[in-house]
Amino acid sequence: MIDILIDVTLLAFLAITAIAILRIHNLFAVIMLFGIFSLLSAGVFVVLDAADVAFTEASVGAGISTVLMLGTLALTRGHHEKPPAHRPWLPLVVVLVTGAALVYGTVDIPGFGDPATPAQQHVAPRYLEQGQAETGVPNIVTAVLASYRGYDTLGEVTVIFTAGIGVLLLLGRRRRDKASKDEQP
Amino acid sequence: MQFILDHYNYWIVIFLMMVGFYTVISRGNLIKKIAGLNMFQTSVFLLYISIGNVSGGTTPIIAEGFRAYSNPLPHVLILTAIVVGVATTALGLALVVRIREAYGSIEEEEIHKQDESF
Repeated sequence: MIDILIDVTLLAFLAITAIAILRIHNLFAVIMLFGIFSLLSAGVFVVLDAADVAFTEASVGAGISTVLMLGTLALTRGHHEKPPAHRPWLPLVVVLVTGAALVYGTVDIPGFGDPATPAQQHVAPRYLEQGQAETGVPNIVTAVLASYRGYDTLGEVTVIFTAGIGVLLLLGRRRRDKASKDEQP
Repeated sequence: MQFILDHYNYWIVIFLMMVGFYTVISRGNLIKKIAGLNMFQTSVFLLYISIGNVSGGTTPIIAEGFRAYSNPLPHVLILTAIVVGVATTALGLALVVRIREAYGSIEEEEIHKQDESF
């Protein structure tokens, strides 16, 4: 019962933080609130029994993302967002219609935490029963990530490598341009 | 009451998703758009983890004295998604820095104005 109470409270905080991110125009405040948003979601992950995800979200989501955004803010030197030029009616209608369709879709979804749903019955028990015997790792998330689905994780590393190359190409070019400008005044 | 508790997580997830979506399509500042995109992404993570939760279960680390565990497969998917999400965020922010260099602004309106004058 207590974990449902914590879950409800943290999710309400998340909703409030999201509204604050939307409404505040000072970009520094937006980025700090975004860090809080990530940390709160890490808290929700702990309550929902996903400790590994919570660790990753707290370090990578709340830590690295926030630092990257602060770095971008320092490089772009725009600390205030201009108020929107258009009336918000069209985006509002789009969002309300999409949201209503999604809420309609949740009506016949299995209840939260129901252990009898196909999602819990089908593949997961196999990993939970055999995982430790087959890989020797008691943490099933780690066992699946590094052993059963090791190639997926290798693919993930490739994605990060590609993104890193992209960032270096985008930001490295700017330094080269500056250097060549200095050479020929 | 039970119906609300059964669906509360999903409704909050949809709310966060829509706030992120609205931030992306209605705000002109590129950093704020990326913050909105990240909000949308986090809400999808919450959706998956909510679906994987089993009431009465515990974290999927095998130990004596526990029989029910939450579903570990959404956790694995979302671990990958978080890390890939940060990589794409970094790429997006690098693009913002480049746009600032090229146009002198990170406001969508001003960038459009400059493009039409070409």
